[in-house]
Amino acid sequence: MPQMKFLCDADRCIECNACVTACKNENEVPWGINRRRVVTINDGEAGERSVSMACMHCTDAPCEAVCPVNCIYTTEDGVVLHNKDLCIGCGYCFYACPFGAPQYPQGGNFGSRGKMDKCTFCAGGPELDGSAAGYEKYGANRLAEGKLPICAEVCSTRALLAGDGEVVAQIYKDRVAQRGYGSGAWGWKVAYNETLQTETGRRRGD
Amino acid sequence: MSIRAVVTAIAIVILAFAAPVAAQAPHPGGPNAAAVTEQQLLQQDYLVRGRGTIPDTRSYVIEQPLGRAWRLVQEVWLRWIGVGVILGVAGLFAVVYFMLGPTMIEAGRSGRTILRFKLIERATHWTIAASFTVLAFTGLNITFGRELLLPLIGPEAFSQWAMFAKYAHAYAAFPFMLSVALLFLMWARANIPTAVDIRWFKAGGGMVKHVHPPADKFNGGQKAFFWVAILGTAGVAVSGIGLWLPFFWTNIVGMQLAQVIHALIALAFIATIIAHIYIGIIGLEGGWEAMASGDVDLNWAKQHHSLWVEREFGQDRVVSPPAPRGMIDTS
Repeated sequence: MPQMKFLCDADRCIECNACVTACKNENEVPWGINRRRVVTINDGEAGERSVSMACMHCTDAPCEAVCPVNCIYTTEDGVVLHNKDLCIGCGYCFYACPFGAPQYPQGGNFGSRGKMDKCTFCAGGPELDGSAAGYEKYGANRLAEGKLPICAEVCSTRALLAGDGEVVAQIYKDRVAQRGYGSGAWGWKVAYNETLQTETGRRRGD
Repeated sequence: MSIRAVVTAIAIVILAFAAPVAAQAPHPGGPNAAAVTEQQLLQQDYLVRGRGTIPDTRSYVIEQPLGRAWRLVQEVWLRWIGVGVILGVAGLFAVVYFMLGPTMIEAGRSGRTILRFKLIERATHWTIAASFTVLAFTGLNITFGRELLLPLIGPEAFSQWAMFAKYAHAYAAFPFMLSVALLFLMWARANIPTAVDIRWFKAGGGMVKHVHPPADKFNGGQKAFFWVAILGTAGVAVSGIGLWLPFFWTNIVGMQLAQVIHALIALAFIATIIAHIYIGIIGLEGGWEAMASGDVDLNWAKQHHSLWVEREFGQDRVVSPPAPRGMIDTS
């Protein structure tokens, strides 16, 4: 079974935020919540790099391990989903998540959180595929329609790759071999315990 | 030398060591200049932070691998420490009970009582007890409910209960904090340690051998418990308010730390309270009445709090009338 993964090629990302916008639009993400965001490292300095980050759908996901009500689960495609009907908004998944993926709408007064929301790899949730209830709670279920996540599909520089982990890893390795440099697959070590770094931060001709 | 100057000096030193990485690029400053890698950033700091364009500044942290360490604490540490501490203390007092049995009133009941705790003291104590019970069970539910309760009642019912428990925990925290603060104001003076307490501890509190070390209103053990409870409450209150107002004071690492501190203090607190409940209900004949009606038997008071009784007598404040037995047909 293919294991779904995201890979952001930071050497290609131009920080256009199309992935962020497309995600919000496709999934009707509630106000104040961003399932995906672009963060620029060393912004304005030589060698700055931008990374588009969302839920990485970790192998052996920490959020799933710490959830006190066991509402997070991994599908056989390796996509980490959650059941909003069971979520109590305790915030533990956010503390455990290495990528800051889980988000919470304001649930009440003070710090009270609503049901957690995060990237679903455009794979919906436990509701029936294509159901109105599923769309309402989790957004689009593109995977059930045979499509990949919208963020990767709209990426104009093809920096953001989504799909079978082995395939995207091979695409990235080929790119690095072709162009001669690559700043590494951001988050892969922490999320999947894999390193795709070939030549550490070097450019062609060094 | 200003703080800014110190920071700048440190930054220059760090940059001096970091410089060779940048120096490898033949055209430093160009758009294709050598990029920093994730590994380099994680070696410098415990999280990777950049700049984003959305209002949520927390989202500018793109990676915090410490989440994995926090997960280990939740999955392994807290569970084993919790089981060990709670069952350990419960087991210890089961052994104490079967080896030594409860401490009895040696002179037997006198039939005369003396007021030990006023209504306000008892009401405060029982407000703490009730709110602590709610806090303890709803808190333990977060660490142990998924393993112990969820399989029994199913995910839907457990989720409903856990949601209720989450709110109950937040609400019960306030009567708890307020009543502990009130107890502190009422009892702090009487709980200041004295030389009498050292002798009390040296005599083993009279629990093992049948000796009666003198004690004032509170004996050494009670004073120790009082300060443990006050400091424990301060600890869970500060960390708990931090958790209740997420990211108000601190960042992600601070939140993780607050949760771990909160849980560890709470587990130690629960173990201490198990000991307190044992002594209050089972371990000490005549002790329960002090917090129930407030009136304790005079012989009990003489045995356990001799100095206090002497002082009360001195102030002519022995409360109940002499034993009514044998006084009925005086006519």
